[in-house]
Amino acid sequence: MPISNTDCIVTIENLSFARNRHIIFDDISFTIPRGKITAVMGPSGTGKTTLLNLIGAQLTPQKGRILVNGQNLAKLSKKELYIARRQMGLLFQSGALFTGLNAFENVAFPLREHTKLPESMIQDIVLMKLEAVGLRGAKDLMPSELSGGMARRVALARAIALDPELMMYDEPLTGLDPIAKGVILQLIQKLNQALGITSIMVSHDIPECFSIADKIVILADGKIVGEGTPEEIKQSQDPSVKQFILGLPDGKIPFQYPAENFSEELL
Amino acid sequence: MHLIQRLGQLGLKLCGDFGRATLFLFATLFRLPRPVKSFPLLIQELYSVGVLSLIIIIVSGLFIGMVVGLQGYNTLNKFSAAAQLGQLVALSVTRELGPVVTGLLFAGRAGSALTAEIGLMKATDQLSAMEMMGVDPLWRVISPRFWAGFISMPILSAIFSAVAIYGGYLVGVKWLGLDNGAFWGNMQSSVDFYNDVVNGLIKSVVFGFVVTWISVFQGYDTVPTAEGISRATTRTVVYSSLAILGLDFVLTATMLGGW
Repeated sequence: MPISNTDCIVTIENLSFARNRHIIFDDISFTIPRGKITAVMGPSGTGKTTLLNLIGAQLTPQKGRILVNGQNLAKLSKKELYIARRQMGLLFQSGALFTGLNAFENVAFPLREHTKLPESMIQDIVLMKLEAVGLRGAKDLMPSELSGGMARRVALARAIALDPELMMYDEPLTGLDPIAKGVILQLIQKLNQALGITSIMVSHDIPECFSIADKIVILADGKIVGEGTPEEIKQSQDPSVKQFILGLPDGKIPFQYPAENFSEELL
Repeated sequence: MHLIQRLGQLGLKLCGDFGRATLFLFATLFRLPRPVKSFPLLIQELYSVGVLSLIIIIVSGLFIGMVVGLQGYNTLNKFSAAAQLGQLVALSVTRELGPVVTGLLFAGRAGSALTAEIGLMKATDQLSAMEMMGVDPLWRVISPRFWAGFISMPILSAIFSAVAIYGGYLVGVKWLGLDNGAFWGNMQSSVDFYNDVVNGLIKSVVFGFVVTWISVFQGYDTVPTAEGISRATTRTVVYSSLAILGLDFVLTATMLGGW
């Protein structure tokens, strides 16, 4: 097994990935520092979620490799992969709570599947996790009875049930009201600082990401256009980065979807 | 030329689909059972697949038995053979109507529900979430549903047949006044356990296997959108019905004998 840099939990080397001939990543390399919050940002459709799927080995890169704790997950057998994934948590944009189970059972699910803990201990752990996200009182509610922000918090409690080393958040703030956003942001920060969980956050909320991230990676058109601390990114002179941060409708990243000449098409 | 191309594409797609469905089936069937954890899941699915289908099976069985009784009586009566009604009802129900109609109803009631449920779990990322937790959805979601369908279908078919024969009895004996002893006696002397009852049971086992396989595969393989789920559900019912009717002919042809 190759020994990777121990300061980096995830190392991405020369990654290329295409879907139906549409190139999503074109030879990108970067690292995720251990114990830090890294925000991966970029316009919609640049494959931010795809990147999380690649790190979790739900997709396989066409070129290059991704090392998680020095392991290339794409090369593992299904059984080994499932064991390696217990060290990772992924918070889905939709929450992805199991509809047939209440909040308590959702959080207990990974514990029941992977551990032989007695019921009393499972109960204690689940209540602790729910308390951490402030929803111990909602333990008997079904997913359909939870609001969007609450569902995401229950999903977060479920994702940290097995105490993962690496947490991945897929658009954790999208579609939430300002208060719920604040709650989630605070939780991400708290988990990172109190438990030392490495966090990868995929998002396009600039002020929120800049406030909590230690490292920011900006993707556009299959390439990394900016990488560094929030301060460095703010100082960046790259036209794509500037356009993204300032929210300009047209620029290096074009307003128009590629099309043939307008006047020709009209005639 | 264009037509031939399309035909070739269709053929390749069919082969690919069938191959994937077969791999999926093998992955679902051949795995070490975990009795302590699997059993409660199986019981739960037996309830939602089997027990919840009971009402439609019983009501349909009763009506079909009554219709066969009524039609049979009128036809047999022309030849003064109305006493043979018990035989007619029992044979047509155990050999053909029981397994086939139960299979069709099962595909409509339980099969479509399985497809929609699994498809929705896929569309809302629940299956991905399971994978990311290191839990294999084939084992946790698909396998108990598959076995529940496989076990329920023969039992439902047997219940259907029993209720249908009772429906024939109600019409023939209670309403039209056939002799009670002749009805049951003729039935007993002409229905053979192996040739009729067991063959019907074999059919229902095959139908149960095929319908459940189609249902869970269509759910698992669905395009994870609202449109994809609705298409998958439709496909489940269409493919299952065609498979049942086609296989029924094949099975009847191979098991024919001992009339």
